[in-house]
Amino acid sequence: MKEFETVIGLEVHLQLSTKTKIFCGCKNDFGYDPNTLTCPVCLGLPGSLPVFNKKVLTYGIKAGLALNCTISSTIKFDRKNYYYPDLPKAYQISQFDMPIAKDGYIMITKEDGNDKKIRIHRAHLEEDAGKLTHDTESSSSLVDYNRTGTPLLEIVTEPDMSSPQEAYDYLQALKLNLQYLDVSDCDMEKGSLRCDANISIREKGETKLGTKAELKNMNSFKAIKTALEYEVKRQQEVVESGSAVIQETRLWDENKNVTISMRSKEEAHDYRYFPEPDLVPFTVSKDTIDDIKKTLPELPAQKLERLSKEYDLSDYNAKIIVSDKSLALFFEECAKLYKDTKKICNWINGSILSELNNRKETISNLNLSSKNLVDLIKKVDGGILSNLIAKDVLGIMLDTGKNATSVVEEKGLAQVSDDSELEKIVDELIKENENVANQIKEGKESAIGFLVGQAMKKTKGKANPKKIGEIIKRTLS
Amino acid sequence: MQLNTLVAHEIIDLLKAGKTSAKDVYDSVIDQIKNNEKQIHAYASIFNNTEIEADASTPIPIAIKDNICITDKETTCSSKILEGFKPPYDATVIKKLRDSGSIFVGHANMDEFAFGSSTETSHYGPTRNPWNTDCVVGGSSGGSTAAVAADEAIWALGSDTGGSIRQPASFCGVVGLKPTYGRVSRYGLIAFASSLDQIGPITKNVTDSAMLLNIIAGHDENDSTSTKLPVPDYTKSLTGDVKGLKIGIPKEYFIEGLDDEVKAAVLESIEILKKRGAIFKEISLPHTEYAVATYYIVATAEASSNLARFDGVQYGLRCIPTKKRKTSIIDLYEETRNVGFGKEAKRRIMLGTYSLSSGYYDDYYLRGLKVRTLIKNDFDRAFKEFDAIITPTSPTTAFKIGERLENPISMYLSDVFTISANLSGIPAISVPCGFSKNNLPIGLQVMAKPFDEEMLFRISHTFEQNTDWHKRRAIK
Repeated sequence: MKEFETVIGLEVHLQLSTKTKIFCGCKNDFGYDPNTLTCPVCLGLPGSLPVFNKKVLTYGIKAGLALNCTISSTIKFDRKNYYYPDLPKAYQISQFDMPIAKDGYIMITKEDGNDKKIRIHRAHLEEDAGKLTHDTESSSSLVDYNRTGTPLLEIVTEPDMSSPQEAYDYLQALKLNLQYLDVSDCDMEKGSLRCDANISIREKGETKLGTKAELKNMNSFKAIKTALEYEVKRQQEVVESGSAVIQETRLWDENKNVTISMRSKEEAHDYRYFPEPDLVPFTVSKDTIDDIKKTLPELPAQKLERLSKEYDLSDYNAKIIVSDKSLALFFEECAKLYKDTKKICNWINGSILSELNNRKETISNLNLSSKNLVDLIKKVDGGILSNLIAKDVLGIMLDTGKNATSVVEEKGLAQVSDDSELEKIVDELIKENENVANQIKEGKESAIGFLVGQAMKKTKGKANPKKIGEIIKRTLS
Repeated sequence: MQLNTLVAHEIIDLLKAGKTSAKDVYDSVIDQIKNNEKQIHAYASIFNNTEIEADASTPIPIAIKDNICITDKETTCSSKILEGFKPPYDATVIKKLRDSGSIFVGHANMDEFAFGSSTETSHYGPTRNPWNTDCVVGGSSGGSTAAVAADEAIWALGSDTGGSIRQPASFCGVVGLKPTYGRVSRYGLIAFASSLDQIGPITKNVTDSAMLLNIIAGHDENDSTSTKLPVPDYTKSLTGDVKGLKIGIPKEYFIEGLDDEVKAAVLESIEILKKRGAIFKEISLPHTEYAVATYYIVATAEASSNLARFDGVQYGLRCIPTKKRKTSIIDLYEETRNVGFGKEAKRRIMLGTYSLSSGYYDDYYLRGLKVRTLIKNDFDRAFKEFDAIITPTSPTTAFKIGERLENPISMYLSDVFTISANLSGIPAISVPCGFSKNNLPIGLQVMAKPFDEEMLFRISHTFEQNTDWHKRRAIK
């Protein structure tokens, strides 16, 4: 049997989160009533003209730099002509032969732990189209032009990914970098990040690219991975059956988990690109680019390195922290307040992450300040709370927004460390468990654990287990 | 005294002296329209102005070409496809005119989407030449020039993509200026060819032209192609002095096909300016012969894209095919565009689409851009030595209605002398310089380097001071 390898390239459309649209002053936002964020320019009314929003330039250059690209010294726009009801001018203002950024790369970590470079072919600026809603009941279509003119950065990779997993990893890495940059919220559900995939297979060892299919309509990173996995299988079956893969665009059907042919190459558009005469090309100086470079925030790779060193975190732990910008921020806030950063890291990567998962929340929306978390950790370290109780206290803190001290006071959860109280408990336990007590007397130290457990049960976890152990030993020796 | 036959600066003087009122001026224009519009048909639509502001600075009744957006006034480019389209906004030039107190008489008729040189392709039917109603007015701003020539407006705005202000000005015996590309905002001008279009004044004399340009010129933050260069007071260049100015006469403009009467009138004009001290010399603009071909590639390519938005989805005409049982969005597009566009519009959309198509782009559009640069270089070179260039505006006087409609090439050639100014972005003016034996006006074109409209005014005003052609009225 033949052995195949997979070749994948991705095209990501990224909505830039500037305050206003790319060619007019309309608000660039999501979730408003249809057609309320519009003006003659983004509606493409006759006679209206586009004016380039310079903030978009800054965002585009930032993203280009973060993707290690060369930034074009000339900014020029072109028209891409095609008809669709969501495109009010019947052309999209885009960049054809002079993308704002090109020849970059991004690093991903593969499953085997090795790093791999995914090259960025180009990234160009363009305007988003409107949104169509199809009403099956009245068999009519409705257009919302609020999205029209949202600034987009289309990021195109080289065909450098050799498995659906790598494609997935690339998207995660891309998203993370862009979130650190704060140029987009990269939310596939809101459509602020959309992705098409080009995929082909070839016999192992072959250097020529196989015929590719373009996959569209995937609505999550997971869907992209699943669709690619399906497509690998489909193309292999086509080749193994003796046929050839044809160049076409295929739609991912999430319900049926299959890709369906949408159009073949012959039906592909001729976009008749030509330079946009309404926008005068202009140059971006090296100084401007350097100035923007200086404003770049710390990116994930740099942060990972710094956090590992500065706080002596394991690679594994540091990666988890860095994989979410707000989580990393939260960690550093906590680290400023308390020196045991390993403990903070363990708390964040453990209890906090599991609370986030359970609550389907992000750290910034969580009812928890860095100070409150640190106070809680201090209570554990000071012996006031056991680890176990502390986890419950955290839960109550998140529910109520109260700090650890008031939760502990209100619920009487403070650890019992008082010797006389603990001695009383131990006396009771010895009476109730004479056999075990005798075993301990005879030198079976492992049985102490059982009594400590019983003590915790009896006190609903409030007893200081270390002290209980000591008292048991002392009493029975 | 018929107020509507006066020029704007005379009217303003009378208003200042309290000898007339803005309303009287407006009424005289409306009276003229009542008496003559049936024969001339200068307007696509006439507005109802009930309140005339008494103390505005320039309450002059003005005709606006039907491709310049006015809030809530039907603006159709004289095309069926924009039937009923009332823009929710004012073009920048309209805003400026409003601020000056202008009274908008109506939208002037034009060739559909400015595609034409005779105002015959209008969906509303042709405008007739006030000097001879069997003749065309020229185009595409023919409604605007006819309105001014017939005293149905005091002055007007047109747009010029390849000669659309100057050629009809020449045919109608009025003054038409195409400013430098970028001098006047295009915001609100429904685009034909974005890199060539420019709005300009159409007036009865040069002084009015300078005054109207004063009002409409200047940078507009809504138009990235408008320049930030300061706007001088153009009336200050009306000095009457051309002594020592060096003016080129390009030999390529005195060719076969140039009407003898036109040629004679232009040569006579040159003598008049010589007498005032201007120095003339023959020059060569070697790429002139490629101008028309280049223009029809660049302009139609841009037009094919600019006109794509007229699809029946958002505004204007929407046609749903009746024969089919089930209609798709494509059917809607096709039917709307088939019914909505006239023959010439369809011809140009197809030409432009073709030259932008993959496989043809390099040979047509890209080559067109390259030749455009060569043509521009011709002028750059000439203006290093010369202050201005003088040519006929059009090879002939107004032709008969219907005469060239079926022969697009002969129609296109009537813009042979005006197109180069658009391709190079330079300013150019047409002023009346004589009449043919048949009593049809002849136009003289003056061109200058970019943003030197002052030079145009200086030369054409001096010429006007020494001739009477501009004083003749078409309608007695």
